[in-house]
Amino acid sequence: MARYVARRILFVFITLFLIVSATFFLMKAIPGDPFTSEKEVPKEILESMKEHYGLNDPLYVQYGKYLLSVLKWDLGPSFKYKAQTVNDIINESFPVSFTLGLSALFIAISFGLILGVIAALYHNKWQDYTAMMIAVIGISVPNFILATFFQYLFAMKLNLLPVARWGTWEHIILPAFALSALPMAFIARLTRSNMLEVLHLDYIKTAKAKGLTKFVITYRHALRNALMPVITYLGPLAAGILTGTFVIERIFGIPGLGSHFVTSINNRDYTVIMGTTVFYSIVLLTLILLVDLAYGIVDPRIKLSGKGK
Amino acid sequence: MAQQVKLSKELFEPIERDLHKAEEITRPSLTYWQDAWRRLKQNKIAMVGLCVLAILTIMAIVGPWLNGYTYYDTNLKMKNLPPSADHWFGTDDLGRDMFTRVWYGARISLFIGISAALIDLVIGIIWGGLAAYYGGKVDEVLMRIADILYGLPYLLVVIMLMVVMEQGLLTIIIAMTITGWIGMARIVRGQILQLKEQEYVLAARSLGAGAARILFKHLIPNAMGPIIVTMTLTVPSAIFTEAFLSFLGLGVQAPIASWGTMANDGLGALRYYPWRLFFPAIFISITMLSFNIFGDGLRDALDPRMRK
Repeated sequence: MARYVARRILFVFITLFLIVSATFFLMKAIPGDPFTSEKEVPKEILESMKEHYGLNDPLYVQYGKYLLSVLKWDLGPSFKYKAQTVNDIINESFPVSFTLGLSALFIAISFGLILGVIAALYHNKWQDYTAMMIAVIGISVPNFILATFFQYLFAMKLNLLPVARWGTWEHIILPAFALSALPMAFIARLTRSNMLEVLHLDYIKTAKAKGLTKFVITYRHALRNALMPVITYLGPLAAGILTGTFVIERIFGIPGLGSHFVTSINNRDYTVIMGTTVFYSIVLLTLILLVDLAYGIVDPRIKLSGKGK
Repeated sequence: MAQQVKLSKELFEPIERDLHKAEEITRPSLTYWQDAWRRLKQNKIAMVGLCVLAILTIMAIVGPWLNGYTYYDTNLKMKNLPPSADHWFGTDDLGRDMFTRVWYGARISLFIGISAALIDLVIGIIWGGLAAYYGGKVDEVLMRIADILYGLPYLLVVIMLMVVMEQGLLTIIIAMTITGWIGMARIVRGQILQLKEQEYVLAARSLGAGAARILFKHLIPNAMGPIIVTMTLTVPSAIFTEAFLSFLGLGVQAPIASWGTMANDGLGALRYYPWRLFFPAIFISITMLSFNIFGDGLRDALDPRMRK
């Protein structure tokens, strides 16, 4: 176990190193510098600006400095918003994205499980078909389309919920549901197929023979084992929700990290793009690592070995 | 219960036993693909998906020529018109015909989806095939590289590449395939690891077949089922990624229209001209839905364990 964990952590660091290096060199490969688009600036000022941001150093010095500052968790200044550093932007906006993501995660898991269980219990009946139809639609309709549809229907036509912005709990509902549709659909399908497998096992027959109620059998016996593969899906799920926030926050005008990221892409604000990418990668890789480790703990049948999967 | 049926002995007569007849195969023997097709045909939902895909493909080919407009001609007197007999899907903010643009966008989206899937297929087969066939050190090295690349967050990598590279169709495909092939490589490797221990591979080898022949003539064709399913499911995800990128403003550049850019354009006009978002949105969804249900059906049809 210890060897496995060590190996996995090593892999996370290699991947992170790759991401940091790749982002750095990709950004350096772009022709021009961050001040190319500025209005006519006297040469001296341009030079001193370049000097200030360390753009006159040789490439390897810049690379070394960047690696060091990432290690110290200093992602540098924003080129577009002079008063803000990338750290400021992340500190300020990530909590918003985190709240939204967590709500979406909660919705995805709870609704996904319910749909999946219903579908499995009523296998090949209309409940099953309805649940799976919802799931396949959830997988097929891109989240930004679902989001605009929700906005149009619930906010503009029915006036039930606010169209956009951030603030009260009412603002969370539409974006969170739009964000959770895809993972919810995946969880529903996973739960269904796992439940179907588990329901045929002997220990369920035993539970039935003991005279337990259907409810107890489903929730205390079957669902527990059916949940295992769902846990492995939590890593990609988090990734999906995270990248989903890029578009969802943009559509709903939510001041989260996702919308900042998109703005920085459109502004070509390279330090912010780099810093946010590195930050997202750390969040994602840590989450996936935690999920994998948790999987080994939750399911004692799995013996983690040093040899990978 | 069923009615009691009286069965008297007169109703039966002995048939002469014919030893040759017993060996005769009465039903035509089906190949793997005939069998799979037979099963696929029984799956109505999957067949609906297949038909919709066929219609979409035909419309993508002929659609842009059907009503005499082009996807790039602007007409500012005719902007933001609702759907009518003249402009079947309405017009956009520059007076371009939405019907033509939607089908032109279908070409772009399908082209991106299918070429991404094909490139993934080629790289995945070579990479996974080599890893599994040679095993040992080669496998270790190839799959470690794949593991590390797999750890990179897919959409972030694609976005980074799109930011850096010149925008265009080719860039999108490159950006998507640069880490997209890994899933395919893993599937191919898994399949070939299972297959390569079988006797027919040994037989081929003892007849003097080389690695390439064994790999491409014997192993890959037998692993084709899961490979095709993976491909079918790659297409919608590539179409989604393209739409997603275009939606972030990183996709194809005007005047080329893809469904993603059209949806992005339509977003701002949602309140007053909803059809500008509605048509591209509905076609992205229908296409992805069809690929997904067809892919699901194909998986059930090609996987012998699903046989009832």
